[in-house]
Amino acid sequence: MSVFILRRLLQSALVMVAMAMIVFFGVHLVGDPVYMFVTPDMDQQDIENVTRALGLDRPIWEQFWLFIANALSGNLGQSFIFGEPALGLIIQRMPATLELAFAALLMAVVIGIPLGLYAGLYPDSLASRTIMAGSIVGFSLPTFWVGIMMIMVFAVMLGWLPSTGRGDTVDVFGIQLSFLTLDGLRHLALPALNLALLKISLVIRLTRAGTREAMLQDYIKFARAKGLSRSRIVGVHLLKNILIPVVTVLGLEFGSLIAFSVVTETIFAWPGMGKLLIESIQQLDRPIIVAYLMMIVFLFVVINLVVDILYSVLDPRVRLGDRGQ
Amino acid sequence: MTRETVLEVRDLRTHFFTKAGVARAVDGVSFSLARGEVLGLVGESGSGKTVTGFSLMGLVDPPGRLVSGSIRLGGEELAGLPEEGWRRLRGRRIAMIFQDPMMTLNPVLRIDTQMIEAIRAHAGVSREAARERAREALARVGIPSPDERLAAYPHQFSGGMRQRVAIAIALLNEPEVIVADEPTTALDVTIQAQILYEVQKLCADTGLAMIWITHDLAVVGGLADRVAVMYAGRIVEQGPVDAVLDAPFHPYTHGLIGSVPSQNRRGERLTQIPGMAPSLLSLPEGCSFAARCPRADAACTVMPELSELEAGRLARCHHPHRTLETARGGAA
Repeated sequence: MSVFILRRLLQSALVMVAMAMIVFFGVHLVGDPVYMFVTPDMDQQDIENVTRALGLDRPIWEQFWLFIANALSGNLGQSFIFGEPALGLIIQRMPATLELAFAALLMAVVIGIPLGLYAGLYPDSLASRTIMAGSIVGFSLPTFWVGIMMIMVFAVMLGWLPSTGRGDTVDVFGIQLSFLTLDGLRHLALPALNLALLKISLVIRLTRAGTREAMLQDYIKFARAKGLSRSRIVGVHLLKNILIPVVTVLGLEFGSLIAFSVVTETIFAWPGMGKLLIESIQQLDRPIIVAYLMMIVFLFVVINLVVDILYSVLDPRVRLGDRGQ
Repeated sequence: MTRETVLEVRDLRTHFFTKAGVARAVDGVSFSLARGEVLGLVGESGSGKTVTGFSLMGLVDPPGRLVSGSIRLGGEELAGLPEEGWRRLRGRRIAMIFQDPMMTLNPVLRIDTQMIEAIRAHAGVSREAARERAREALARVGIPSPDERLAAYPHQFSGGMRQRVAIAIALLNEPEVIVADEPTTALDVTIQAQILYEVQKLCADTGLAMIWITHDLAVVGGLADRVAVMYAGRIVEQGPVDAVLDAPFHPYTHGLIGSVPSQNRRGERLTQIPGMAPSLLSLPEGCSFAARCPRADAACTVMPELSELEAGRLARCHHPHRTLETARGGAA
């Protein structure tokens, strides 16, 4: 196991370096941030001063080496706009995004697995057909439109839930968390559901497909032949088998939850990383864009590692490095 | 054979109600089983032998349904039991072994989990006591170092070992009857021989009765006491295994035996039964084997009854092989 983790860490480092190059050079192809600072009364000298102040006068490869050297000491550059370290700005906003993403993930599991199980066990019932039709809707409707509709229905027309911001937060080790207060939970509900909708549909479909397939397997029939109760067969024999693909996919999708949160955060004015990214793109704040993308790459690498480890916990056949005979 | 009867099946009918029509997979099957007896249930694919096995376990899934008939286990009527009644019975009084040992054990659960749950589903024993019983059961079917093996996962066993585990699970609650659905078909010949030997010993030692479903006449000849040959959902011939294999009454049994390769007939062409098994959705009027039968005539448009032609020997045929026209070779 430890050999496996070490090898995966090395691979991950390579991925990070490759991504750093792509992201850094890619961002430099888009626009010239200097002109975001230029005002009509500036002369050529002023513009050159600004360029020099931002470090943009040096050749691109030199900028890249500087970036890498700084990155290795934990400094991903200074925001052009805020004049603060980019990483710090992102990390400040990260808890909000992660809170939103975890809430959505939790919803996907808690809502998706039971509904998928039901639809798989009773495929011909009316309720199952309704669930499956609903999952198609969840899949096909664009997140931003559903978000706006949710605001319209639940916030504007019914007035049940607030539509913007995080509400009251609680300070836990210097991190602001919404889900510990009732007001925060009320604020969290709509954006989390909006973000989760796609994943709920995905989990329903995965669980249903897995259930239908597994119920036909001999091991289920054998379990019945042993005289086990239905709850034991479904809750242990079936669930443990179908959790394998669900965990894998959800793990990989967690990254996309964070990525999709850009849209949700914008609609619900949720003060997370996604909102910061959109603002930074509009203002060509390169260091923040680069730092954000590097963060996301890092996150994906970590998620993949965690999924692999979780996977081996669930499925004894892939327990890496331990070759049982 | 005056041993006590454990299982008595009378006129069992299991039909599948599909969109294309009603498939009469099992259509009036009757047999009985005595303590310690092994009954070979023989037939080709689609003859209804597996569905018969599942019917005895109450494991027929929709669109299939047990339509009529009686299954008496130790005097208790099983047909018409509610699901919970079946559940309490399965694995305790009547157990089943499946064909493919690679598929029957749950791949993500440890062997001990799968054994202990089978015991605790029927008896309120502690986990430790159940584990001890599981260990003994593994030892009984010849699995070395059962203590370590209990903590292993199915993928760490070979096919033969997995089938032994499945047999051990079937034996856990000391059932009266085991339904074995081609349990050695997926195994190689040497493993098959070992398992057959051990099963035979078990039945002789413990009085366990067994229904051995197979298409392999050689296995039946070596293992079973009596054999029942199924064709298109019905039993066409039944009797003591040696008598049936040496001098079959029914032309179908005759054809089956003739199509088994044998050392005695090197260089000769294997005989084969012409035609195909009829679709269960549209069985012909009369004898369902008539279309493939060399002896068929006008009389065969009426379904023959299963009648006792000799003591203990039944056949469903208007024109049985009565004289000593023995099937050549013989698989015994």
